[in-house]
Amino acid sequence: MSSKLDIYTTKRRGRFSNFLFTSVCFLATMTCVLMLFVLIWNLILQGKDWLSWDFVERFPSRFPVKAGIKSALWGSIWLISLTALFSVPLGVGAAVYLEEYAPKSRWRKLIQLNISNLAGVPSIVYGILGLALFVRALALERSVLSGALTLTLVVLPIIILASQEALRSVPDSIRRSAYALGATRWQTVWYQVLPASLPGIMTGVILSLSRALGEAAPLIAVGAMAYVPFVPEKLTDEFTALPIQIFNWTARPQEDFHHLAAAGILVLLIVLVSMNAIAVFVRHKYGKKIRW
Amino acid sequence: MTEERSGEEQSIEMELGEAAVIKLPRSTSLERAGGGLLVSLRPYYEGVIHFTLFLCASISVLVTVGIVVVLLYESIQFFFDVSIIEFLTGTRWTPLLKPQHFGILPLMCGTMLVAGGSAIVAVPIGLGTAIYLSEYASPRFRDIVKPMLEILAGIPSVVYGYLAVVFVSPIIRYVFPSAGVFNAASACIVVGIMILPMIISLSEDILQSVPLSLRGAAFALGANKFEVTVRVVVPAALSGIIASFLLAISRAIGETMAVTLAAGATPKLTLNPLESIQTMTAYIVQVSQGDTPAGTVEYRTIFAVGLTLFLTTMTMNVIAQYILSRVGERYE
Repeated sequence: MSSKLDIYTTKRRGRFSNFLFTSVCFLATMTCVLMLFVLIWNLILQGKDWLSWDFVERFPSRFPVKAGIKSALWGSIWLISLTALFSVPLGVGAAVYLEEYAPKSRWRKLIQLNISNLAGVPSIVYGILGLALFVRALALERSVLSGALTLTLVVLPIIILASQEALRSVPDSIRRSAYALGATRWQTVWYQVLPASLPGIMTGVILSLSRALGEAAPLIAVGAMAYVPFVPEKLTDEFTALPIQIFNWTARPQEDFHHLAAAGILVLLIVLVSMNAIAVFVRHKYGKKIRW
Repeated sequence: MTEERSGEEQSIEMELGEAAVIKLPRSTSLERAGGGLLVSLRPYYEGVIHFTLFLCASISVLVTVGIVVVLLYESIQFFFDVSIIEFLTGTRWTPLLKPQHFGILPLMCGTMLVAGGSAIVAVPIGLGTAIYLSEYASPRFRDIVKPMLEILAGIPSVVYGYLAVVFVSPIIRYVFPSAGVFNAASACIVVGIMILPMIISLSEDILQSVPLSLRGAAFALGANKFEVTVRVVVPAALSGIIASFLLAISRAIGETMAVTLAAGATPKLTLNPLESIQTMTAYIVQVSQGDTPAGTVEYRTIFAVGLTLFLTTMTMNVIAQYILSRVGERYE
């Protein structure tokens, strides 16, 4: 009789702990979701009244009501275009070498290990490297070019890893068919493998660049300016960027500047969300056409 | 060099599994028939491309070498002026004020306080979410929640810094009136939120990689869902989950903007999260913002601090990757 009772209680206890555990895990998940909504809601609440077309078209100012993000926005556009120009060919080239050319040797293993470690290096360390290498050693000073080169170092490992992933998803049968038809290795890569992996590579590139767009730490290290009342016109001009401008406004004690920072963040987030939307679109539209 | 061999010698090696190696002559009959300049240049053209791609890949190695050389070069010069023992054991960090003290312990302490605090925030929530998404959630629920987590992961760190200052810090000061305007706790909370998506996605991958047969066997022995998850799946994935924690904490150590904005700029040996502290990363930002002339001891401090930061995060990443590389082997 007692054994019957034992079974009964263990079963009940089991059911209760099961329920409790499921609820705790579910609550954890909901906490994450809730946090996202609270963060975004708070940003919108703080920044919406300060967001206007004028805000985008004005230069920064000591007076909050007259301040805008024109130089920061243009600085970011310059930085991101240059970074894309440098990092995409390099990153995709490195990925093609590692996936399509490199023999399975210790050298390849070393590069691969090295790249995954570089992806984990804090971005401020790249900033210090940029400061010593580009700003001082190459005497590029505190220019847009120094900033873009530093950001290139930050995103390069991410682009390489994403492109490798995309190249790896192209089945070997495609390569073998191309070789069987007499194509050389480069012809195979250029006419078969790259087009097939392009949606994946593009998605990775867009996501990496959106990471670069939000980076502030390495730019501060290479000397992005706090107050830049002009739009950069050549590679050697001084610059600021959206995250830097947001940082400066947030660091001030006055409440009005915090509202400006929130408005700046909203602009930054709108740009980031549209970039991500493009990435998702590319993945869905072109990724599905290819069926192996 | 292999890149400059002529067309006849060079051949494409194609591995068909392990069964056979087929050798194709480099110039096919089609190319020979076509003749022409381009075809005769083809071997060189291929070689040049091969070499260019090789250079692209080598850049990543150069970057690592660059980081190490730059950090070491400036740090060694720094250690000519400041003894390495003072640097590692000193308990005061005031390089920008007279009298100067160069003990990195306060910065280390600040960094570890933020990293530990953010882990306390992120680890339970992250692990719970990963377990829920991997073991309990319906596919539809996952499809809704995972993109949200991706958004959370994509928010730049300066935005978290803003939220710490404007949103989290006032709440903390309301609950604990003794807290300063800048306090480590607000930094811990936002950095915790920042590293959450990383913990979730890595741990979830690991949990998913536990073979179904293990779960099935446990269910067949009469275990319920809770027992299967807690006594079978999570222990099987434990080493990978710990690796994901390590990667996330290393990210928290390297986190810069949020910490700079939220935690303040007073290097201090304290474990009280309500006080203002300074982390290694925040110190680097503080010096970079000022006009410290190159070549001075003050300028070189950022390289010494950077080297310490680099070594700390690198060690954690290497350990984590070593663990992760062994996880895959276990069930194959």
